[in-house]
Amino acid sequence: MDLAFTKEEQEFREEIRRFLRSNVPPQLRRKMIEGRHTSKDELVTWWRILNKKGWGVSHWPREYGGTGWTPVQNYIFKEELQMFPAPTPLAFGVNMVGPVIYTFGNEAQKKYHLPRIANVDDWWCQGFSEPGAGSDLASLKTNAKRKGDKWIINGQKTWTTLAQYADMIFCLCRTDRTAKKQTGISFLLVDLKTKGITVRPIQTIDGGHEINEVFFDDVEVPVENLLGEENKGWDYAKFLLGNERAGIARVGVSKERIRFIKTLASNVESCGRPMIDDPSFREKLATCEIELKALELTQLRVVANEGKHGKDKPNPASSMLKIKGSEIQQITTELLMEVIGPFAAPYDEHPDSSVESMEWTAQIAPSYFNNRKLSIYGGSDEIQRNIIAKIVLGL
Amino acid sequence: MEFELSEEQRLLKESVDGLLTEAYDFEQRKKYMKKASWSKAIWGHLAAQGLLGLPFVESDGGFGAGAVEIMIVMEAFGRALVLEPYLATVVIGGGFLRHGGSTGQKTGHIPSIIDGSKTFAFAQLEKNSRYDLHDVTTSAKRKGKGWVIDGEKFVVINGENADTLVVTARTNGERRDRSGIGVFLVPADAKGIFKNAYPVQDGLHAADLTFTGVEVGPDAAVGDPENALPLIERVVDEARTALCAEAVGAMDESLKTTVEYLKTRKQFGVTIGSFQSLQHRAANMLVALEQARSMSMFATMAIESEDPAERANAVAAAKVQISRSGKFIGQQSIQLHGGIGMTMEAKIGHYFKRLTMIENTFGDAEYHLRRVSESDALI
Repeated sequence: MDLAFTKEEQEFREEIRRFLRSNVPPQLRRKMIEGRHTSKDELVTWWRILNKKGWGVSHWPREYGGTGWTPVQNYIFKEELQMFPAPTPLAFGVNMVGPVIYTFGNEAQKKYHLPRIANVDDWWCQGFSEPGAGSDLASLKTNAKRKGDKWIINGQKTWTTLAQYADMIFCLCRTDRTAKKQTGISFLLVDLKTKGITVRPIQTIDGGHEINEVFFDDVEVPVENLLGEENKGWDYAKFLLGNERAGIARVGVSKERIRFIKTLASNVESCGRPMIDDPSFREKLATCEIELKALELTQLRVVANEGKHGKDKPNPASSMLKIKGSEIQQITTELLMEVIGPFAAPYDEHPDSSVESMEWTAQIAPSYFNNRKLSIYGGSDEIQRNIIAKIVLGL
Repeated sequence: MEFELSEEQRLLKESVDGLLTEAYDFEQRKKYMKKASWSKAIWGHLAAQGLLGLPFVESDGGFGAGAVEIMIVMEAFGRALVLEPYLATVVIGGGFLRHGGSTGQKTGHIPSIIDGSKTFAFAQLEKNSRYDLHDVTTSAKRKGKGWVIDGEKFVVINGENADTLVVTARTNGERRDRSGIGVFLVPADAKGIFKNAYPVQDGLHAADLTFTGVEVGPDAAVGDPENALPLIERVVDEARTALCAEAVGAMDESLKTTVEYLKTRKQFGVTIGSFQSLQHRAANMLVALEQARSMSMFATMAIESEDPAERANAVAAAKVQISRSGKFIGQQSIQLHGGIGMTMEAKIGHYFKRLTMIENTFGDAEYHLRRVSESDALI
């Protein structure tokens, strides 16, 4: 047993850092630190820089454009991005639909979609949740009926993250109403420009526009856009949701935020001294750091184990990582709120505008509000506990 | 980065687990406890398996094992709620000899630790010292070439049975000075030692010791008698780390036993493990256990660090996590067992009690959290 990174792993980390220092646009980095809005153009430009370097889809198999890095190297890469900070690759394409396509898709789908995902030629979004299907995802009602060489989709998806930027959506649709609810679902790849699709914004409590409703009204999709087998969509969805292990806990994000808290708390006064010198605040911060250190090692144990024994099936440990990772990220946003105290109040009505009309501290309260989503999306905390109880503990 | 055990370490784990499965179930443990607070026969088995010689270098007759091996053994002990004074003798007594002992002290004591003929106890805690290792009033004054020790020490685990006492005592300065502290090896039968022995909440045994004009020779001091605090801190950090591993073993077994109970106990015509509120408690326990396991590993790795500040910080952080996870898992295990968990007869409550005592040994969560928060912390 040796918990230290090897010399090679440390050199690898240095290589990543050097690359980030000379390639991440400074303006983008500053926006990331301050939690400001980043535009589609800024993100895509950055992801194409990464892809040009060959790191756009680093954890994919080499034949599809991956790097051949070990799970530990992939972990380091992601952590360095999060700590720099720089945007990590677009999860919906790179971590979600990409692996489903190269695992279950046909040759034509792989050949067309995988390079386009890597280069963000298509921005993907996720069509899973519906107004009546949240935690009980399998009760979804959006349906696809076969008509000649088309699927005709009708229904509604919701909470669709950044659909306003997206070109493509991967959708779970009911294709057999007579089957048991999990077995009658198919996985379809849909071009968002198709006639009959309407995207409507949802404003979240932080004031931002991150999520949307997507309506399908007699939307015609070519039959070849079915992914894998008809009525096997639930299996692919489960694969997709349990697939993301390296970095699900977002340890790097929390590390970066703790540094930010320390910087900020050194410059904000409370009771006539810097906040960082307040013993009770320091204890709260230390508690958070200890939990984060433990989580980092738990994450690395999962990652290292994956390197040893392969990742033939999704690991239920990802549920644990998600619960704890969300909790810690939420606590960091609470600590930031505590640091700025009364100056959390001013509200920037135009957070998406590129005009810096307000102090950047105006992002702290919205970020706190926004981060409540972490324990809800991607399977709520309660769903993750159900998974642990059932799969890990056998209850 | 490597989390798996080596072949030798796996064999070690198998052999400890094998011994304890054979000789240390809950009923057997009760007998050992009743008879003489712990079992000489078991101690003999531990010696025969080489476990008592584990951390000593080969030239001292040991096996030259490292912190990971101690972690493996302590985790297994935690699972079986082992009563024998391994921590006091091998980890602490052995630690002082390994890191501070003279050649004479090593050859005088290590062989009898390894062969199981002698045990140790660590007389450190004082009435008002709480968890501060530098808070020492027991005095050691020069007399000729030797020393005279006067003072009181409390809750000395294995204090009644030990052959040798490791005593911290002030040779110079004021009560809370960091310098002027020495460590002395005192034969337990030395004239002037009064022992008041009693059982501890978790089934172990301890004694309060009074030293009145106890005379020891010039070879009694381990390390620098004027400045042994760094040595004490190092050995106690090793003891804390060993306790973290023991606690992980106890938490692991506590959760396993509880999950088993949830699968078998029926109420309302179904197993109670089918109720979501209980499932979620159990899931939270698993998260707490894995966080604790990670920090036990973290401390185990840091304990061999060259930098005392880094070592101390990592161990303190681990102790915070272990204390909190231990309290949570201990309490939840009782809750999920319901009434039966409240009985002396059921094993589960004994894990809770041991975990509680571990928390209050060498610093609780609050104590160590303060230490971490006063340092530059971990990130």
